[in-house]
Amino acid sequence: MIPVEMYLIVSTLLFFIGVFGFLVRKNLVGMLMSIELILNAVNINFVAFNRYLFPEQIEGYAYSLFVIVVAAAETAVAIAIFFNVYRRKGSETVKSIRELKH
Amino acid sequence: MNYNQFFVMQPEISLAVALILMLVADLFLGEKSKKYFQPFALAVFAIHTAYCILAGNELTGATETAGAQAFAGMYQTSKIHFFVKNMLNVGTFITFLFAYEWNKKENVNRIGEFYTLMLSTLFGMFLMISSGNFLLFYIGLETASIPMAALVALNKKREESAEAAAKYILTAGVSSAVMLYGISMIYGSCGGSLYFSDVVKNFTSSNYQVMAMVFFMAGVMFKISLVPFHLWTADTYQGAPTPVTAYLSVMSKGAAAFSFMVILWKTFSFSGVEPSTLAWNKILWWVIIVTITVGNIFALRQKNLKRFLAFSSISQAGYVMLGLMSGTAAGMGSMIYYLLVYLFTNLAAFGVICNIENKTGKVGMNDYNDLYKTNPKMAFVMTLAMFSLGGIPPFAGCFSKIFIFASAAQTGEYLLVFLALANTIISLCYYLYVVKAMYINHSENPIPAFKSDKMTLIGLTICTAAFVFMGLISPIYEMILSWSFGI
Repeated sequence: MIPVEMYLIVSTLLFFIGVFGFLVRKNLVGMLMSIELILNAVNINFVAFNRYLFPEQIEGYAYSLFVIVVAAAETAVAIAIFFNVYRRKGSETVKSIRELKH
Repeated sequence: MNYNQFFVMQPEISLAVALILMLVADLFLGEKSKKYFQPFALAVFAIHTAYCILAGNELTGATETAGAQAFAGMYQTSKIHFFVKNMLNVGTFITFLFAYEWNKKENVNRIGEFYTLMLSTLFGMFLMISSGNFLLFYIGLETASIPMAALVALNKKREESAEAAAKYILTAGVSSAVMLYGISMIYGSCGGSLYFSDVVKNFTSSNYQVMAMVFFMAGVMFKISLVPFHLWTADTYQGAPTPVTAYLSVMSKGAAAFSFMVILWKTFSFSGVEPSTLAWNKILWWVIIVTITVGNIFALRQKNLKRFLAFSSISQAGYVMLGLMSGTAAGMGSMIYYLLVYLFTNLAAFGVICNIENKTGKVGMNDYNDLYKTNPKMAFVMTLAMFSLGGIPPFAGCFSKIFIFASAAQTGEYLLVFLALANTIISLCYYLYVVKAMYINHSENPIPAFKSDKMTLIGLTICTAAFVFMGLISPIYEMILSWSFGI
């Protein structure tokens, strides 16, 4: 059986790939995808902990389902907002949203 | 299942009913009767607010501080929870009063959306405040922040609105994802349960658990806009429609600050231990100093009033966090009192800005030159609000600062209190910039004299009366203090 540490290594890598992607991506949708990577790392963590450490209960599985649902809602709103940005500015990169500063 | 436990959730159920009523009314009102929607929404919300205030007095089965719970501790409530919810209700009602004119002028086609989205965020905040489990807390936080992004983007015609919303939703998304990663680590290391009362039994301040706690704190600090996570604040506040900014700066911050305190005290603390030895306390010590200082220094150079109030609200959030440091009932009482005073004062300032923006479209500090000659009442309210925010004695802002400094000093945080006090002087400087612009600076073409609408005047009167007299009526603070509890 694969030890639980392996799952944690995968989830940690996924988490940092997500954070790195969020910081370096220039496209708004790309940044949103990076957030999804972090959320997937969270789900792997929850499910692995639940399966290996506390197999007699289902709190971790339930939590990961909630994470998926809320992430879908968040993505829907975010895409609608990016659509509006694209219509106002004609581009959907981070460079197009730099009017508000100082 | 015991269905009686639903009666513990009176504020949430009442709010849900109000929300559904508005949704249905918005759906079925014809084109001709659209103009009755706003009075209807205000009336429904006023009834809800009155009901919550009355229901809190006869909370069944609750002692002064212990409170009641439902769903095996998933949902917790007590008199102080009720008080914070009533506070948010009143604040939201005042925001609706300020938004009345803006809705009629600029938001004609989306009035229904404005009210329903506002109430959904409020519902999320209620869940966040009352949560006894990390799952309910997370759902409450997201219910509060996703509709908020839609509210920020409500003004579809304006470019800034879309830009502010994009910045808000991206930072909200990444910070809640980081917070979730922290919660998943807490789940693994604290005995496989997410109830606050179970986590605290297994929390031993091991390195892994402290790291989980830091990840978790990062997500909530974003909501309160404490310093390493404050960068979205100014842009979002400036770009959002002004009533939404008022709501964002007061209600969202207050709810997050209260639930942050409950979680830190109930989950990551050991009772009977000196609070300054706890891990979160050491982190918060630095965060408070940096927050107050950075907020103040950046506020000094702002020329746009909405952006200026954004940085002012960052530094005010730092002061609010001082109440957490002591871990005593006095700390909680003074923090809630501070939030109450801050709510009325900041709403008064935003009410004036919103009113002037509606009439003339101007939000720059230089546009306010010579305001007292043309609109003496608006200038006077703004001056009082600025004095109260800065902490000048007769107003409530002074007393709330005294209480919160005293509570932190009780546990020996003298250096922290001294630095916060020194920062108050800097903050006084920029609050007086606004007063100087209105009374001393001259202008060739000041904002012309205009007649304010009734709703704004009612809202401003409530706010001004509250922050002028609240400091002089001591039973309010004593009442909050008698309901508060420590670690």
